[in-house]
Amino acid sequence: MKSNSRLERVLDSGHFAVTAEVLPPDGSDPHAVLENARLFGHSVDAINATDASGANVHMSNVAVAATLRQAGYDVVAQLSCRDRNRIALQGELLGMAALGIRNVLCLTGDGVGTGDHPEAKPVFDLDSITLLRTARILRDKGQFLSGRQIDPPPNLFLGAASNPFVPPFDFRPIRLKKKIEAGANFIQTQFCFDIQRLQTFMTQVVDMGLHEKVFILAGVGPLRSAKQAEWMRRNIPGVSIPDTTIMRLKDAGKKSRTEGQEICVESIQRIQEIEGVAGIHVMAYKQEEVVPEILKAGGLLPRPTVSEA
Amino acid sequence: MKIFHKRPVLLEFAYATTRVCLSPFRRWLRSGGFIEAVFVQGEKITKGIVFDCKMCGDCVLHSTGMTCPMTCPKNLRNGPCGGVLANGHCEIVPEMMCVWVMAWERSKKMPAYGAQIENILPPLDRRLENSSAWINDFRDDVKTSPLGWTE
Repeated sequence: MKSNSRLERVLDSGHFAVTAEVLPPDGSDPHAVLENARLFGHSVDAINATDASGANVHMSNVAVAATLRQAGYDVVAQLSCRDRNRIALQGELLGMAALGIRNVLCLTGDGVGTGDHPEAKPVFDLDSITLLRTARILRDKGQFLSGRQIDPPPNLFLGAASNPFVPPFDFRPIRLKKKIEAGANFIQTQFCFDIQRLQTFMTQVVDMGLHEKVFILAGVGPLRSAKQAEWMRRNIPGVSIPDTTIMRLKDAGKKSRTEGQEICVESIQRIQEIEGVAGIHVMAYKQEEVVPEILKAGGLLPRPTVSEA
Repeated sequence: MKIFHKRPVLLEFAYATTRVCLSPFRRWLRSGGFIEAVFVQGEKITKGIVFDCKMCGDCVLHSTGMTCPMTCPKNLRNGPCGGVLANGHCEIVPEMMCVWVMAWERSKKMPAYGAQIENILPPLDRRLENSSAWINDFRDDVKTSPLGWTE
């Protein structure tokens, strides 16, 4: 079943897709969501609404995604297993579809300890793979996990994350295969600063034929300074940044911000050359305004027009 | 316990042997009675020592490199997550080796069940906690995956 989301149509028609993450507001004003999204304008195919990423509280994923949807943007709602059990997760999947959200990224989620409420109870009733398969059962079998019927089932384009940059490296392609089996239609990866590693991973993925079963969007983002890069790799779970990248930022001195953007553009260009990569996912935390510029320099603007099926 | 950790094939053999030995007695293996109480205590002691068993009641050790997935702070039945540190340790408990990094390494040394790590495990039935995994394994009326899960 096709979700008919813009993201799915762009990928289906063979275009190199672009998604980007929007900063969810710490407040109850929906205009804040739209202001943040406006920085991307028409430079992306879909916008990710994060789900309390890093275990920090923000406006909810569904509220952000629905607000953006109403304003005409295609969205990828992230959904994590950290804060909800299987009852809440399945209800959320139906609710998202009801609100016109067509792309859902199924995640396990960061531990609660990394965020601003480390004393919270972590749920983890399902994991990313069982959540993916649950979502697929809802969509394709028209059933809840309990076996009870759903009418109508949610039309969703299902996504998952992949991190080729952390151990066990030789298991990462196998885990990707498991995610595809569970129901993943597209993948958004963790930040790709180590292009060599991405290349190695993608070679394995292509050898296994996985790139023909799933659309892989490589994660990219501009770094502001060497200090920020060092903080990120120390504090954000799963982010790996090579020393050479940090050295480049250090050498740039006061111009590190421009250098960071330059590194990002180079990465985008190199990633487009890698076999099996179907798009990029931009995470430009607190630098959202430079995203269109970076995409333009990377040769990805204007975005293609795709007809509704 | 180091010997087991280095040679998961021993644990694999122990699992297969126990299964064969218990199989003839399966009709007496029932939940809720004296026999289960004995099994629960036995499992707590043996699996507790060897695997730091959390008594989830649905043992999948042979599918997870003879490494208990419930000792993962995220209880991942299908790990590892994307937060593994560069040294292979856990993002939540940095002094601990990632359970799934170990699971993968050990699976490679398990000729009989090693390939099972590539299978997707169903979500855990939380009601089975503190019951006997061996008895649940032999009983046909204990479903270890949700009704709507099978395709």
